[in-house]
Amino acid sequence: MRGIVDSLRLLLGGAPRKQSREEFSDAAQELHAHKALPEQRKERIAKIREELAEPTLSFTHKSFKWRKWRWTSIIVINLMFVVSFYYDVQLVEGALTASRFVGFHMADLNSALQITLAHKQIVINLVIGTVTVGILWWLVGGRAFCSWACPYHLVSEWAEMMHIWMAGKGWIKDHPLDRRMRTVLYVIFILLALITGYTVFESISPVGILSRALIYGGGVALTWVGALLFIEVFLVRRFWCRYVCPIGMTYGFLGSVSPVIVEYTLPDCLHEGECRKVCLVPHVLEMTKKNRAEDTALTLGADCTRCGMCIEACPTGALNFKLRGTGGLL
Amino acid sequence: MAKRLTPKQQKERRTLVFSAVMGAGVVGSGLMAYLPMHLRWETLLRPPGALAEKDLLASCIKCGQCVQVCPVEAIVLSDGDGGFGIGVPYIDARKQACDFSCDTPQCVLACPTGALTHHLDKKEQVNMGKARLSRPDACLARQGQGFKGKARGADFKGLHRYEKIDRWNPIKIADHPYDLPLCDLCVRECPIKDAISMEPLSKDQAESDTRRTPVVHDKCVGCGMCEMICPVEKTAIVIDLNREGPKV
Repeated sequence: MRGIVDSLRLLLGGAPRKQSREEFSDAAQELHAHKALPEQRKERIAKIREELAEPTLSFTHKSFKWRKWRWTSIIVINLMFVVSFYYDVQLVEGALTASRFVGFHMADLNSALQITLAHKQIVINLVIGTVTVGILWWLVGGRAFCSWACPYHLVSEWAEMMHIWMAGKGWIKDHPLDRRMRTVLYVIFILLALITGYTVFESISPVGILSRALIYGGGVALTWVGALLFIEVFLVRRFWCRYVCPIGMTYGFLGSVSPVIVEYTLPDCLHEGECRKVCLVPHVLEMTKKNRAEDTALTLGADCTRCGMCIEACPTGALNFKLRGTGGLL
Repeated sequence: MAKRLTPKQQKERRTLVFSAVMGAGVVGSGLMAYLPMHLRWETLLRPPGALAEKDLLASCIKCGQCVQVCPVEAIVLSDGDGGFGIGVPYIDARKQACDFSCDTPQCVLACPTGALTHHLDKKEQVNMGKARLSRPDACLARQGQGFKGKARGADFKGLHRYEKIDRWNPIKIADHPYDLPLCDLCVRECPIKDAISMEPLSKDQAESDTRRTPVVHDKCVGCGMCEMICPVEKTAIVIDLNREGPKV
């Protein structure tokens, strides 16, 4: 149970909790002590040097084995909407906010929440739609919606590449924000919908704007998406996805109890920190720091988008996707 | 004496202030969308079954399923200039009116949230607004004139279902030229029975006065077909919007 509480606290913007030594399992303690031995330390450094000498491993990503599927998934999902409308094949009618998938109602959890609060009525179609979508994304990992379906995530990834490239050149630098901001905004947008009776968030949601632009054609609303990307390139790395998006947070709640998860195995880790460099939400990888993992195998928290970038980046294969059984839930 | 902050505390404070500024920027941008919505409040003709304006904006999930089912593609979604109403459907009747080609309003059936009310199953129950002869002096019928040719010119892309030509497929108005001794397009193409009729302009019913005037009746649902078909530039007949929601 504490696992879930910690994972949710992290999602809400809390700092990663440093476990006390007493909470560490014996195996983990032994491993940490073993890794601290002078000869082990030497061996670790030698291994890392070896990796760096190997040109294929000296890049942050050693492979794109997940990214190619992930980008395909984002493009295919969004293209299905476009094609359905363009060729009138009635496969997925609507947009990401709400749709009918071969006739079945689907509704984005956050959009449904916003209009329910604004209109103050429960609509049965939306209940069906949100339950369907909720089960779907719960199964594949909560915030997996972000990295496997959201069109803004894809363009934001490209903006992030530019950001990292320019930061590497020393032209710009990242200005990280306080992660509690997302929780504050989440509450504010809920209150705004409730008090004003308008879906205020929808007017600035780049996810809805982009999805509709793809299907029905773009317009002036895209300038807002452009402005967000500008901020992400020059000022704050992954500004929207990391610090703002209530959609991601809503799916994050689902992700806290999802069966699909990334697992960290301490014995395989050389603590190089490559995973945290590529991660959208590096606070979920806190345990990969030296002397931090309280057990030899740990799962990442609710905020993890299951994008697989850390898996691709890890030079030693210490991170992997895992399907956890109901026994591992708590 | 105030305590001096350590560099780490200073950095934390800067981060907190910057976060507050950026967060306020996001909320501010959201709230600014009130203005464009307010400006367009009285200008947009909403699709059949639309709830009262405020309820429509609250309950619409901005998905465009209504857009997708419309056989004449009359419905479009508001862009960013719609503010809070972004992604909410409207109809630009002069460009492409709703002509009920679908018989039962399909947009109403498609709407997942009831923003287009589900308590409506006949086109006669629709209440989008009411037609009004806004420029009587421009009306051809009132001048006793006929109309020959394409109602809105050869380049007009608007569609209309002519039941006598094809029961199921709307065609371009530009592909259906007219030759009328007295222009009665607004009455002729109206999809609702007894919503609009041609009445004599003067008491003189003799042949000497061929002038007629379109008269809009209570049955008018405000679909905008008359506004689209009116051959005068700019249109002599417009729709006064209903903002109170459906009667049913």
